[in-house]
Amino acid sequence: MYPPAFNYSAPTSVEEVLTTLTNEGDGARVLAGGQSLIPMMKLRLASPAFLVDINGVAGLDYINDVNGHVAIGALVRHNDIVKSDTISSTNHTMASAAPWIADPIVRNRGTLCGSVAHCDPEGDWNSVMLAARAEVVAQSASGERVIPIDDFIVDFFTNSLQPGEIVKEVRVPKYSGRGGGAYMKLERKIGDYATVGVASQFELDGDGKIAQAGIALTAVNAKNTRATAAEQVLVGETPSDELFREAGEAAAQAAEPETNVRGTAEWKREVVSVYTRRGLETALAQAQA
Amino acid sequence: MQINLTLNGAEQSADVEPRYLLVDYIRGTGNTGTHIGCDTTSCGACTVLVNGTPMKSCTMFAVQANGTSITTVEGLKQNGELHPIQTAFKEKHGLQCGFCTPGMMLTGVALLEENDDPTEDEIRWAISGNICRCTGYVNIVKAVQHAGSLIREN
Ligand SMILES: Cc1cc2nc3c(=O)[nH]c(=O)nc-3n(C[C@H](O)[C@H](O)[C@H](O)COP(=O)(O)OP(=O)(O)OC[C@H]3O[C@@H](n4cnc5c(N)ncnc54)[C@H](O)[C@@H]3O)c2cc1C
Ligand code: FES
Ligand code: FES
Repeated sequence: MYPPAFNYSAPTSVEEVLTTLTNEGDGARVLAGGQSLIPMMKLRLASPAFLVDINGVAGLDYINDVNGHVAIGALVRHNDIVKSDTISSTNHTMASAAPWIADPIVRNRGTLCGSVAHCDPEGDWNSVMLAARAEVVAQSASGERVIPIDDFIVDFFTNSLQPGEIVKEVRVPKYSGRGGGAYMKLERKIGDYATVGVASQFELDGDGKIAQAGIALTAVNAKNTRATAAEQVLVGETPSDELFREAGEAAAQAAEPETNVRGTAEWKREVVSVYTRRGLETALAQAQA
Repeated sequence: MQINLTLNGAEQSADVEPRYLLVDYIRGTGNTGTHIGCDTTSCGACTVLVNGTPMKSCTMFAVQANGTSITTVEGLKQNGELHPIQTAFKEKHGLQCGFCTPGMMLTGVALLEENDDPTEDEIRWAISGNICRCTGYVNIVKAVQHAGSLIREN
């Protein structure tokens, strides 16, 4: 299968990427791992006139622990996250999600920032980013702005980047106290998108009460969705089985799944409830470890 | 666009349209061991090593391989000798129709580069992006394990 013809450039610096995007205007798209964009182009669901390939840009493959957050550059592949000690020692939710993104070969090429930019409601990373309250650093020829993930995800396959902007990095805050998290994903087989995915994360204060909580859902709404009511159930409370069950039920209320080949709406809602509870139990064990 | 790359150790250059897929470029050079199964990034039959890392060549443009070094199944044999992974697939009967085999072997080679004594679970996890419709995977797993022991013996 072949996409319609397009023009292509492979700049070697961020500046050059940004000038090319500005010059080429609306028809230009960033090509990162290409693991979503190329299949879409081959199926002619996307037909950009110009591809700006960022794979040759030096210095975008960093995972840096700085100023209370971990910064993940635009060319960090899913598999780099699987292998990263910085990630496994700072954010359990990311560490548990990474091995479940796509399959091992796709993970060698696809990027975290590309997934975040893509805003596929069946994509896993944006739920993890919502739970972790990440920020997206957008860069254009005229400068940088930092966008909270809630404002970045606009709708399915729609982000809030302006023309000429790229995702330069994603910033994942580190726990300020004791914290834990998990990404629970139900998939039919390896390489399949989630039937249901739930990211749960929280931090404990000095008294062992939940200081801050993040819960977000994959594949059960038109976009990755924060389960705000479930978070509110948790904050200020002491962790308990009963509390986690209540949060699970609240999370299920935030899901508006569709019945499709992957299962019925009713069943998916039930999975959200169970996976929220189990994710929170895992998070608690980590926070207390 | 002009591209220059190394394919199985030999320098190549070509003038290709940006949309020309890497898999078709490779097959066009006569290296037809790289197969097209699904053409939708799902099966791994088109797996090649790009600078040593397994990639699905149906989901890369040939222009993106500019400046890289690519290994296909044809490049595994060295000085007339089969690569240990090839010997192992032969000895353990790790294939039936052979369609998935080039991709399986290249993924296996990359795994064994990192870890020459993988467990069954590690092998199954590593090859989970390569689909086989024939074997049921049992002999593929055994072949990768056997290749590991051949490499360790050397
Ligand atoms: C078989 C298969 C299974 C998969 N399974 C899963 C799964 O289970 N879970 C999951 O989450 N994902 C899955 N994916 C998708 C995969 O994670 C992709 O890697 C990811 O969606 C996109 O990242 P990319 O780097 O490949 O982006 P690309 O495909 O290169 O780009 C995707 C979109 O984002 C834009 N973009 C990319 N990078 C930037 C940037 N830095 N700045 C601005 N815009 C940018 C592009 O212009 C394009 O519109 C799967 C893919 C395949 C092929
Ligand atoms: S042909 Fe490339 S993954 Fe199937
Ligand atoms: S041997 Fe036939 S597909 Fe694997």
